[in-house]
Amino acid sequence: MSEHIVSAYSEELERLSSDIMKMGGMVETMITDASLALVSNDLELAKKVVARDPLVDAIESDAERQIVSLIARRQPMGHDLRMILSAMKISSELERIGDLSKNIAKRTQRLDDHVNAEMRNAIMRMAQPVSRQLNNVLNAYAAGSADKAKAVWESDDDIDNHYNSVFREMLTYLVEDPRRITAGAHMLFMAKNLERIGDHCTNIAEFVYYQVVGDYLSELERPKQEQL
Amino acid sequence: MDTNQGTPAMMDDTLPLSRTADGGPRIDCRNIEVFYGEARAIHEVSMSFPDRAVTALIGPSGCGKSTFLRCLNRMNDTIENCRVEGQILMDGENINDPDVDPVLLRSRVGMVFQKPNPFPKSIFDNIAYGPRIHGLANGREDLDAIVEKSLRRAGLWEEVKDRLAAPGTSLSGGQQQRLCIARAIAVQPEVILMDEPCSALDPIATARIEELIDELRNRYCIVIVTHSMQQAARVSQRTAFFHLGNLIELGDTNQIFTNPREKRTEDYITGRFG
Repeated sequence: MSEHIVSAYSEELERLSSDIMKMGGMVETMITDASLALVSNDLELAKKVVARDPLVDAIESDAERQIVSLIARRQPMGHDLRMILSAMKISSELERIGDLSKNIAKRTQRLDDHVNAEMRNAIMRMAQPVSRQLNNVLNAYAAGSADKAKAVWESDDDIDNHYNSVFREMLTYLVEDPRRITAGAHMLFMAKNLERIGDHCTNIAEFVYYQVVGDYLSELERPKQEQL
Repeated sequence: MDTNQGTPAMMDDTLPLSRTADGGPRIDCRNIEVFYGEARAIHEVSMSFPDRAVTALIGPSGCGKSTFLRCLNRMNDTIENCRVEGQILMDGENINDPDVDPVLLRSRVGMVFQKPNPFPKSIFDNIAYGPRIHGLANGREDLDAIVEKSLRRAGLWEEVKDRLAAPGTSLSGGQQQRLCIARAIAVQPEVILMDEPCSALDPIATARIEELIDELRNRYCIVIVTHSMQQAARVSQRTAFFHLGNLIELGDTNQIFTNPREKRTEDYITGRFG
Protein backbone atom coordinates (compact mmCIF):
# COMPACT_ATOMS: atom_id res chain seq x y z
CA MET A 1 0.00 0.00 0.00
CA SER A 2 1.28 3.45 -0.87
CA GLU A 3 2.57 5.89 1.71
CA HIS A 4 0.48 8.43 3.56
CA ILE A 5 0.88 12.04 2.52
CA VAL A 6 1.59 12.71 6.19
CA SER A 7 4.63 10.49 6.63
CA ALA A 8 4.47 10.53 10.43
CA TYR A 9 1.12 8.74 10.16
CA SER A 10 2.71 5.88 8.20
CA GLU A 11 5.51 5.72 10.73
CA GLU A 12 3.05 5.50 13.61
CA LEU A 13 1.15 2.66 11.96
CA GLU A 14 4.39 0.85 11.22
CA ARG A 15 5.50 1.22 14.79
CA LEU A 16 2.19 -0.18 16.01
CA SER A 17 2.33 -3.20 13.75
CA SER A 18 5.96 -3.84 14.57
CA ASP A 19 5.08 -3.73 18.28
CA ILE A 20 2.38 -6.30 17.66
CA MET A 21 4.93 -8.46 15.86
CA LYS A 22 7.37 -8.02 18.71
CA MET A 23 4.71 -9.05 21.19
CA GLY A 24 3.86 -12.03 19.00
CA GLY A 25 7.50 -13.08 18.94
CA MET A 26 7.72 -12.83 22.72
CA VAL A 27 4.68 -14.95 23.43
CA GLU A 28 5.81 -17.45 20.82
CA THR A 29 9.04 -17.88 22.78
CA MET A 30 7.04 -18.13 25.99
CA ILE A 31 5.00 -21.09 24.74
CA THR A 32 8.03 -22.84 23.31
CA ASP A 33 10.06 -22.30 26.47
CA ALA A 34 7.17 -23.24 28.72
CA SER A 35 6.73 -26.57 26.98
CA LEU A 36 10.50 -27.16 26.87
CA ALA A 37 10.72 -26.39 30.56
CA LEU A 38 7.96 -28.87 31.20
CA VAL A 39 9.32 -31.70 29.12
CA SER A 40 12.88 -31.32 30.43
CA ASN A 41 11.82 -30.32 33.93
CA ASP A 42 13.94 -27.18 33.60
CA LEU A 43 12.73 -24.99 36.45
CA GLU A 44 15.12 -22.16 35.61
CA LEU A 45 13.65 -21.90 32.16
CA ALA A 46 10.14 -22.00 33.64
CA LYS A 47 11.10 -19.08 35.86
CA LYS A 48 12.31 -17.14 32.84
CA VAL A 49 8.97 -17.66 31.14
CA VAL A 50 7.18 -16.25 34.17
CA ALA A 51 9.54 -13.29 34.25
CA ARG A 52 8.85 -12.46 30.62
CA ASP A 53 5.12 -11.93 31.09
CA PRO A 54 5.30 -8.38 32.50
CA LEU A 55 7.29 -7.34 29.42
CA VAL A 56 4.47 -8.56 27.20
CA ASP A 57 1.96 -6.70 29.33
CA ALA A 58 4.03 -3.54 29.02
CA ILE A 59 4.00 -3.70 25.23
CA GLU A 60 0.27 -4.27 25.29
CA SER A 61 -0.42 -1.17 27.35
CA ASP A 62 1.95 0.84 25.23
CA ALA A 63 0.19 -0.37 22.08
CA GLU A 64 -3.12 0.62 23.61
CA ARG A 65 -1.84 4.15 24.24
CA GLN A 66 -0.59 4.36 20.67
CA ILE A 67 -4.00 3.27 19.42
CA VAL A 68 -5.91 5.82 21.48
CA SER A 69 -3.60 8.52 20.21
CA LEU A 70 -3.93 7.38 16.59
CA ILE A 71 -7.71 7.42 16.77
CA ALA A 72 -7.80 10.83 18.44
CA ARG A 73 -5.24 12.52 16.23
CA ARG A 74 -5.48 10.79 12.86
CA GLN A 75 -9.15 9.80 12.63
CA PRO A 76 -8.24 6.66 10.74
CA MET A 77 -10.40 5.47 7.86
CA GLY A 78 -10.55 2.42 5.61
CA HIS A 79 -7.74 -0.10 5.93
CA ASP A 80 -5.95 2.08 8.49
CA LEU A 81 -9.00 1.98 10.73
CA ARG A 82 -9.30 -1.77 10.41
CA MET A 83 -5.58 -2.23 11.02
CA ILE A 84 -5.74 -0.17 14.20
CA LEU A 85 -8.83 -1.90 15.55
CA SER A 86 -7.31 -5.29 14.76
CA ALA A 87 -4.07 -4.30 16.50
CA MET A 88 -6.07 -3.46 19.59
CA LYS A 89 -7.81 -6.82 19.59
CA ILE A 90 -4.75 -8.83 18.60
CA SER A 91 -2.61 -7.27 21.31
CA SER A 92 -5.08 -8.31 23.97
CA GLU A 93 -5.26 -11.82 22.52
CA LEU A 94 -1.47 -12.01 22.62
CA GLU A 95 -1.46 -10.76 26.17
CA ARG A 96 -3.84 -13.59 27.10
CA ILE A 97 -1.61 -16.11 25.34
CA GLY A 98 1.29 -14.75 27.39
CA ASP A 99 -0.71 -15.21 30.59
CA LEU A 100 -1.64 -18.77 29.72
CA SER A 101 1.97 -19.63 28.86
CA LYS A 102 3.09 -18.13 32.13
CA ASN A 103 0.50 -20.25 33.87
CA ILE A 104 1.91 -23.40 32.27
CA ALA A 105 5.38 -22.42 33.47
CA LYS A 106 4.10 -21.78 36.98
CA ARG A 107 2.41 -25.14 37.10
CA THR A 108 5.60 -26.78 35.86
CA GLN A 109 7.34 -25.43 38.95
CA ARG A 110 4.73 -27.08 41.17
CA LEU A 111 4.91 -30.57 39.70
CA ASP A 112 6.00 -33.28 42.09
CA ASP A 113 8.00 -36.47 41.53
CA HIS A 114 5.02 -38.58 40.62
CA VAL A 115 4.89 -37.18 37.12
CA ASN A 116 6.25 -39.52 34.51
CA ALA A 117 7.84 -38.71 31.19
CA GLU A 118 4.78 -39.85 29.25
CA MET A 119 2.67 -37.25 31.01
CA ARG A 120 5.16 -34.52 30.16
CA ASN A 121 5.36 -35.72 26.58
CA ALA A 122 1.60 -35.75 26.20
CA ILE A 123 1.50 -32.02 26.94
CA MET A 124 4.50 -31.43 24.73
CA ARG A 125 2.77 -33.17 21.82
CA MET A 126 -0.13 -30.82 22.19
CA ALA A 127 2.08 -27.75 22.57
CA GLN A 128 3.66 -28.32 19.19
CA PRO A 129 0.59 -27.77 17.00
CA VAL A 130 -0.46 -24.88 19.22
CA SER A 131 2.92 -23.20 18.69
CA ARG A 132 2.55 -23.87 15.00
CA GLN A 133 -0.88 -22.22 14.99
CA LEU A 134 0.55 -19.16 16.69
CA ASN A 135 3.48 -19.06 14.32
CA ASN A 136 1.17 -19.37 11.33
CA VAL A 137 -1.20 -16.68 12.47
CA LEU A 138 1.69 -14.31 13.19
CA ASN A 139 3.00 -15.01 9.70
CA ALA A 140 -0.47 -14.27 8.33
CA TYR A 141 -0.41 -10.98 10.23
CA ALA A 142 3.07 -10.07 9.01
CA ALA A 143 2.18 -10.92 5.43
CA GLY A 144 -1.27 -9.33 5.63
CA SER A 145 -2.60 -12.57 4.17
CA ALA A 146 -6.30 -13.33 4.49
CA ASP A 147 -5.76 -16.81 3.05
CA LYS A 148 -3.16 -17.72 5.65
CA ALA A 149 -5.40 -16.34 8.38
CA LYS A 150 -8.32 -18.38 7.12
CA ALA A 151 -6.17 -21.52 7.08
CA VAL A 152 -5.31 -21.02 10.74
CA TRP A 153 -8.94 -20.39 11.55
CA GLU A 154 -9.95 -23.61 9.85
CA SER A 155 -7.39 -25.79 11.57
CA ASP A 156 -8.39 -25.11 15.16
CA ASP A 157 -10.19 -28.43 15.11
CA ASP A 158 -6.86 -30.25 15.15
CA ILE A 159 -6.06 -28.61 18.44
CA ASP A 160 -9.42 -29.47 19.89
CA ASN A 161 -8.85 -33.08 18.86
CA HIS A 162 -5.42 -33.04 20.46
CA TYR A 163 -6.91 -31.67 23.62
CA ASN A 164 -9.52 -34.38 23.79
CA SER A 165 -6.95 -37.11 23.29
CA VAL A 166 -4.51 -35.63 25.83
CA PHE A 167 -7.36 -35.35 28.28
CA ARG A 168 -8.21 -39.03 27.90
CA GLU A 169 -4.58 -40.09 27.98
CA MET A 170 -3.95 -38.10 31.15
CA LEU A 171 -6.91 -39.78 32.83
CA THR A 172 -5.41 -43.19 32.17
CA TYR A 173 -2.18 -42.17 33.96
CA LEU A 174 -4.18 -40.93 36.91
CA VAL A 175 -6.20 -44.11 37.06
CA GLU A 176 -2.99 -46.14 37.00
CA ASP A 177 -1.55 -44.33 39.98
CA PRO A 178 -3.66 -42.04 42.16
CA ARG A 179 -0.52 -40.41 43.59
CA ARG A 180 -0.26 -38.64 40.27
CA ILE A 181 -3.53 -36.83 40.82
CA THR A 182 -2.08 -33.54 42.10
CA ALA A 183 0.39 -33.24 39.27
CA GLY A 184 -2.17 -34.60 36.84
CA ALA A 185 -4.64 -31.90 37.79
CA HIS A 186 -1.97 -29.30 37.02
CA MET A 187 -1.31 -30.97 33.72
CA LEU A 188 -4.95 -31.08 32.76
CA PHE A 189 -4.96 -27.34 33.30
CA MET A 190 -1.89 -27.04 31.11
CA ALA A 191 -3.69 -28.89 28.37
CA LYS A 192 -6.69 -26.67 28.83
CA ASN A 193 -4.43 -23.60 28.64
CA LEU A 194 -2.97 -24.84 25.38
CA GLU A 195 -6.44 -25.41 24.03
CA ARG A 196 -7.33 -21.84 25.02
CA ILE A 197 -4.20 -20.55 23.31
CA GLY A 198 -5.41 -22.29 20.17
CA ASP A 199 -8.71 -20.42 20.49
CA HIS A 200 -6.87 -17.12 20.88
CA CYS A 201 -4.93 -17.91 17.71
CA THR A 202 -8.25 -18.45 15.97
CA ASN A 203 -9.44 -15.07 17.23
CA ILE A 204 -6.28 -13.43 15.96
CA ALA A 205 -6.89 -15.09 12.59
CA GLU A 206 -10.33 -13.50 12.55
CA PHE A 207 -8.90 -10.06 13.22
CA VAL A 208 -6.21 -10.48 10.57
CA TYR A 209 -8.89 -11.50 8.12
CA TYR A 210 -11.02 -8.49 9.06
CA GLN A 211 -8.05 -6.18 8.74
CA VAL A 212 -7.19 -7.44 5.28
CA VAL A 213 -10.60 -8.10 3.76
CA GLY A 214 -12.95 -5.91 5.76
CA ASP A 215 -15.43 -8.75 6.26
CA TYR A 216 -15.96 -11.06 9.18
CA LEU A 217 -15.04 -14.72 9.15
CA SER A 218 -18.35 -16.07 10.22
CA GLU A 219 -18.37 -18.43 13.15
CA LEU A 220 -21.00 -20.47 11.33
CA GLU A 221 -18.79 -21.54 8.48
CA ARG A 222 -16.31 -23.41 10.56
CA PRO A 223 -17.08 -27.05 11.31
CA LYS A 224 -16.69 -27.18 15.06
CA GLN A 225 -16.72 -30.27 17.21
CA GLU A 226 -18.17 -30.41 20.65
CA GLN A 227 -15.41 -30.20 23.19
CA LEU A 228 -15.08 -31.21 26.81
CA MET B 1 -32.37 20.92 21.54
CA ASP B 2 -36.14 21.12 21.26
CA THR B 3 -36.12 24.81 20.51
CA ASN B 4 -36.09 24.26 16.80
CA GLN B 5 -39.22 22.20 16.72
CA GLY B 6 -42.67 23.69 16.37
CA THR B 7 -45.80 21.88 17.45
CA PRO B 8 -46.23 18.68 15.47
CA ALA B 9 -49.42 19.97 13.85
CA MET B 10 -47.70 23.05 12.61
CA MET B 11 -44.87 21.03 11.17
CA ASP B 12 -47.12 18.55 9.45
CA ASP B 13 -49.35 20.87 7.48
CA THR B 14 -46.65 21.78 5.01
CA LEU B 15 -44.74 18.58 4.60
CA PRO B 16 -43.09 18.99 1.24
CA LEU B 17 -42.75 15.27 0.85
CA SER B 18 -45.68 13.55 -0.85
CA ARG B 19 -44.46 11.74 -3.88
CA THR B 20 -41.73 9.42 -2.72
CA ALA B 21 -42.53 8.79 0.90
CA ASP B 22 -41.25 5.27 0.32
CA GLY B 23 -37.71 6.60 0.20
CA GLY B 24 -37.32 5.85 -3.50
CA PRO B 25 -35.02 7.97 -5.65
CA ARG B 26 -35.93 11.63 -5.61
CA ILE B 27 -33.46 12.49 -8.33
CA ASP B 28 -32.16 10.11 -10.93
CA CYS B 29 -29.13 11.13 -13.00
CA ARG B 30 -28.29 9.24 -16.16
CA ASN B 31 -25.04 9.61 -18.07
CA ILE B 32 -24.38 13.14 -16.99
CA GLU B 33 -21.57 14.87 -18.84
CA VAL B 34 -20.54 18.44 -18.24
CA PHE B 35 -18.32 20.43 -20.58
CA TYR B 36 -16.67 23.77 -20.04
CA GLY B 37 -16.08 24.68 -23.67
CA GLU B 38 -14.18 21.70 -25.02
CA ALA B 39 -13.02 20.45 -21.65
CA ARG B 40 -15.06 17.67 -20.14
CA ALA B 41 -15.48 18.16 -16.40
CA ILE B 42 -17.84 15.26 -15.71
CA HIS B 43 -17.63 11.88 -17.44
CA GLU B 44 -20.89 9.98 -17.81
CA VAL B 45 -21.98 9.93 -14.21
CA SER B 46 -25.11 7.98 -13.37
CA MET B 47 -26.42 7.93 -9.85
CA SER B 48 -29.61 8.58 -7.98
CA PHE B 49 -30.39 10.45 -4.80
CA PRO B 50 -32.90 8.86 -2.45
CA ASP B 51 -35.49 10.88 -0.60
CA ARG B 52 -35.08 11.41 3.12
CA ALA B 53 -31.41 10.63 3.11
CA VAL B 54 -28.17 12.56 3.01
CA THR B 55 -25.83 11.76 0.15
CA ALA B 56 -22.30 13.14 0.48
CA LEU B 57 -20.12 13.89 -2.53
CA ILE B 58 -16.43 13.74 -1.70
CA GLY B 59 -13.23 13.94 -3.69
CA PRO B 60 -10.16 16.11 -4.19
CA SER B 61 -10.40 19.66 -5.48
CA GLY B 62 -11.32 19.77 -9.13
CA CYS B 63 -12.83 16.29 -9.12
CA GLY B 64 -16.15 17.62 -10.35
CA LYS B 65 -18.25 17.14 -7.24
CA SER B 66 -19.39 20.77 -7.06
CA THR B 67 -19.97 20.91 -10.80
CA PHE B 68 -22.08 17.80 -10.52
CA LEU B 69 -24.00 19.20 -7.55
CA ARG B 70 -24.74 22.37 -9.49
CA CYS B 71 -26.32 20.29 -12.28
CA LEU B 72 -29.07 19.28 -9.90
CA ASN B 73 -30.69 22.71 -9.85
CA ARG B 74 -29.27 23.97 -13.13
CA MET B 75 -26.86 26.39 -11.52
CA ASN B 76 -24.48 25.61 -14.35
CA ASP B 77 -26.91 27.39 -16.70
CA THR B 78 -25.52 30.64 -15.38
CA ILE B 79 -21.99 29.78 -16.47
CA GLU B 80 -21.17 30.76 -20.02
CA ASN B 81 -19.97 27.95 -22.32
CA CYS B 82 -20.96 25.33 -19.77
CA ARG B 83 -22.91 22.46 -21.32
CA VAL B 84 -24.69 19.65 -19.49
CA GLU B 85 -25.61 16.42 -21.25
CA GLY B 86 -27.53 13.42 -20.08
CA GLN B 87 -30.77 13.17 -18.19
CA ILE B 88 -31.61 14.39 -14.71
CA LEU B 89 -35.02 13.14 -13.72
CA MET B 90 -36.74 14.60 -10.74
CA ASP B 91 -39.90 12.69 -9.95
CA GLY B 92 -39.70 11.38 -13.49
CA GLU B 93 -39.43 14.79 -15.13
CA ASN B 94 -36.30 15.91 -16.96
CA ILE B 95 -35.19 19.11 -15.24
CA ASN B 96 -33.28 20.22 -18.32
CA ASP B 97 -36.43 20.25 -20.48
CA PRO B 98 -36.81 23.63 -22.19
CA ASP B 99 -40.23 24.13 -20.61
CA VAL B 100 -38.91 23.70 -17.06
CA ASP B 101 -38.59 27.12 -15.42
CA PRO B 102 -35.19 27.18 -13.69
CA VAL B 103 -36.46 29.64 -11.09
CA LEU B 104 -39.26 27.31 -10.11
CA LEU B 105 -36.86 24.39 -10.21
CA ARG B 106 -34.57 26.16 -7.78
CA SER B 107 -37.42 26.66 -5.35
CA ARG B 108 -37.91 22.89 -5.40
CA VAL B 109 -34.18 22.27 -5.20
CA GLY B 110 -32.77 24.69 -2.66
CA MET B 111 -29.10 25.41 -2.31
CA VAL B 112 -26.79 26.44 0.50
CA PHE B 113 -23.33 27.70 -0.32
CA GLN B 114 -19.90 27.58 1.23
CA LYS B 115 -20.00 31.17 2.38
CA PRO B 116 -23.20 32.27 4.10
CA ASN B 117 -24.84 34.73 1.73
CA PRO B 118 -27.82 36.37 3.40
CA PHE B 119 -29.56 39.10 1.41
CA PRO B 120 -28.73 42.61 2.62
CA LYS B 121 -32.14 42.71 4.27
CA SER B 122 -33.69 41.98 7.61
CA ILE B 123 -33.72 38.48 9.05
CA PHE B 124 -37.47 38.40 8.44
CA ASP B 125 -37.19 39.48 4.83
CA ASN B 126 -34.43 37.01 4.11
CA ILE B 127 -36.93 34.24 4.84
CA ALA B 128 -40.03 36.00 3.52
CA TYR B 129 -38.52 36.89 0.15
CA GLY B 130 -38.92 33.49 -1.48
CA PRO B 131 -42.45 32.74 -0.27
CA ARG B 132 -43.48 36.22 -1.42
CA ILE B 133 -42.20 35.93 -4.97
CA HIS B 134 -43.50 32.39 -5.30
CA GLY B 135 -46.86 33.43 -3.89
CA LEU B 136 -46.77 30.87 -1.11
CA ALA B 137 -48.23 33.13 1.58
CA ASN B 138 -51.79 34.41 1.90
CA GLY B 139 -51.35 37.62 3.77
CA ARG B 140 -49.15 38.76 6.57
CA GLU B 141 -50.20 36.21 9.17
CA ASP B 142 -49.43 33.38 6.86
CA LEU B 143 -46.06 34.88 6.04
CA ASP B 144 -45.26 35.30 9.75
CA ALA B 145 -46.07 31.64 10.24
CA ILE B 146 -43.82 30.58 7.36
CA VAL B 147 -40.94 32.68 8.68
CA GLU B 148 -41.29 31.28 12.18
CA LYS B 149 -41.61 27.72 10.99
CA SER B 150 -38.61 27.99 8.70
CA LEU B 151 -36.47 29.56 11.39
CA ARG B 152 -37.56 26.93 13.87
CA ARG B 153 -36.78 24.16 11.46
CA ALA B 154 -33.36 25.66 10.90
CA GLY B 155 -32.79 25.81 14.65
CA LEU B 156 -32.46 29.60 14.65
CA TRP B 157 -35.82 30.82 15.97
CA GLU B 158 -34.92 31.05 19.65
CA GLU B 159 -31.82 33.06 18.83
CA VAL B 160 -33.47 35.62 16.53
CA LYS B 161 -37.16 35.80 17.42
CA ASP B 162 -36.70 39.10 19.25
CA ARG B 163 -34.80 40.80 16.47
CA LEU B 164 -36.37 39.76 13.22
CA ALA B 165 -35.96 43.29 11.88
CA ALA B 166 -32.19 43.24 12.37
CA PRO B 167 -30.14 42.79 9.21
CA GLY B 168 -29.29 39.18 8.34
CA THR B 169 -25.68 40.20 8.05
CA SER B 170 -25.61 41.13 11.76
CA LEU B 171 -25.69 37.46 12.70
CA SER B 172 -22.63 35.31 13.38
CA GLY B 173 -21.29 33.12 10.56
CA GLY B 174 -22.95 29.99 11.86
CA GLN B 175 -26.24 31.81 12.39
CA GLN B 176 -26.03 33.29 8.90
CA GLN B 177 -25.59 29.82 7.48
CA ARG B 178 -28.63 28.58 9.38
CA LEU B 179 -30.47 31.66 8.10
CA CYS B 180 -29.59 30.60 4.57
CA ILE B 181 -30.85 27.09 5.30
CA ALA B 182 -34.08 28.59 6.72
CA ARG B 183 -34.36 30.68 3.57
CA ALA B 184 -34.01 27.57 1.41
CA ILE B 185 -36.60 25.72 3.49
CA ALA B 186 -39.11 28.59 3.36
CA VAL B 187 -40.08 27.86 -0.25
CA GLN B 188 -40.91 24.24 0.57
CA PRO B 189 -38.19 22.56 -1.42
CA GLU B 190 -37.98 18.82 -1.95
CA VAL B 191 -34.24 18.70 -2.26
CA ILE B 192 -31.55 20.70 -0.48
CA LEU B 193 -28.11 20.98 -2.02
CA MET B 194 -25.23 22.04 0.21
CA ASP B 195 -21.88 23.04 -1.19
CA GLU B 196 -19.38 22.86 1.66
CA PRO B 197 -21.82 24.50 4.06
CA CYS B 198 -19.48 24.38 7.05
CA SER B 199 -16.10 25.19 5.61
CA ALA B 200 -16.29 28.78 6.87
CA LEU B 201 -17.58 27.82 10.31
CA ASP B 202 -15.98 26.92 13.61
CA PRO B 203 -16.49 23.43 15.11
CA ILE B 204 -19.41 24.48 17.32
CA ALA B 205 -21.29 26.16 14.48
CA THR B 206 -20.41 23.16 12.32
CA ALA B 207 -21.88 20.79 14.87
CA ARG B 208 -25.09 22.86 14.92
CA ILE B 209 -25.39 22.63 11.14
CA GLU B 210 -24.70 18.91 11.24
CA GLU B 211 -27.36 18.43 13.89
CA LEU B 212 -29.70 20.41 11.66
CA ILE B 213 -28.84 18.32 8.59
CA ASP B 214 -29.64 15.22 10.58
CA GLU B 215 -33.08 16.61 11.44
CA LEU B 216 -33.80 17.88 7.94
CA ARG B 217 -33.07 14.46 6.55
CA ASN B 218 -36.39 13.28 7.96
CA ARG B 219 -38.21 15.29 5.33
CA TYR B 220 -35.83 16.20 2.51
CA CYS B 221 -33.48 14.67 0.02
CA ILE B 222 -30.14 16.25 0.92
CA VAL B 223 -26.98 16.29 -1.15
CA ILE B 224 -23.86 17.70 0.46
CA VAL B 225 -20.46 18.40 -1.04
CA THR B 226 -17.76 18.44 1.60
CA HIS B 227 -14.01 18.45 1.80
CA SER B 228 -14.16 17.03 5.27
CA MET B 229 -14.35 13.27 5.09
CA GLN B 230 -15.17 13.19 8.77
CA GLN B 231 -18.14 15.39 8.05
CA ALA B 232 -19.27 13.15 5.21
CA ALA B 233 -18.91 10.19 7.56
CA ARG B 234 -20.86 11.96 10.29
CA VAL B 235 -23.82 13.32 8.36
CA SER B 236 -24.45 11.12 5.35
CA GLN B 237 -26.01 7.74 4.77
CA ARG B 238 -24.53 7.37 1.31
CA THR B 239 -21.22 8.62 0.00
CA ALA B 240 -20.03 9.11 -3.56
CA PHE B 241 -16.34 9.49 -4.31
CA PHE B 242 -15.41 11.54 -7.37
CA HIS B 243 -12.03 11.69 -9.01
CA LEU B 244 -11.05 13.54 -12.19
CA GLY B 245 -14.66 13.98 -13.21
CA ASN B 246 -15.56 10.32 -12.73
CA LEU B 247 -17.77 8.75 -10.14
CA ILE B 248 -15.37 6.17 -8.73
CA GLU B 249 -17.42 4.61 -6.01
CA LEU B 250 -20.86 5.05 -4.53
CA GLY B 251 -21.94 3.19 -1.46
CA ASP B 252 -23.26 3.06 2.02
CA THR B 253 -21.27 5.63 4.02
CA ASN B 254 -20.24 3.03 6.55
CA GLN B 255 -18.85 0.80 3.85
CA ILE B 256 -17.05 3.61 2.02
CA PHE B 257 -15.18 4.66 5.14
CA THR B 258 -14.44 1.27 6.65
CA ASN B 259 -14.05 -0.91 3.60
CA PRO B 260 -13.98 0.90 0.25
CA ARG B 261 -13.93 -1.36 -2.78
CA GLU B 262 -11.82 0.88 -5.00
CA LYS B 263 -8.16 1.55 -4.43
CA ARG B 264 -8.55 5.21 -5.40
CA THR B 265 -11.22 5.62 -2.74
CA GLU B 266 -9.02 3.90 -0.18
CA ASP B 267 -6.07 6.12 -1.06
CA TYR B 268 -8.17 9.24 -0.78
CA ILE B 269 -9.93 8.52 2.49
CA THR B 270 -6.78 7.29 4.19
CA GLY B 271 -4.72 10.25 2.99
CA ARG B 272 -2.35 8.43 0.66
CA PHE B 273 -0.66 9.46 -2.54
CA GLY B 274 -3.07 8.51 -5.30
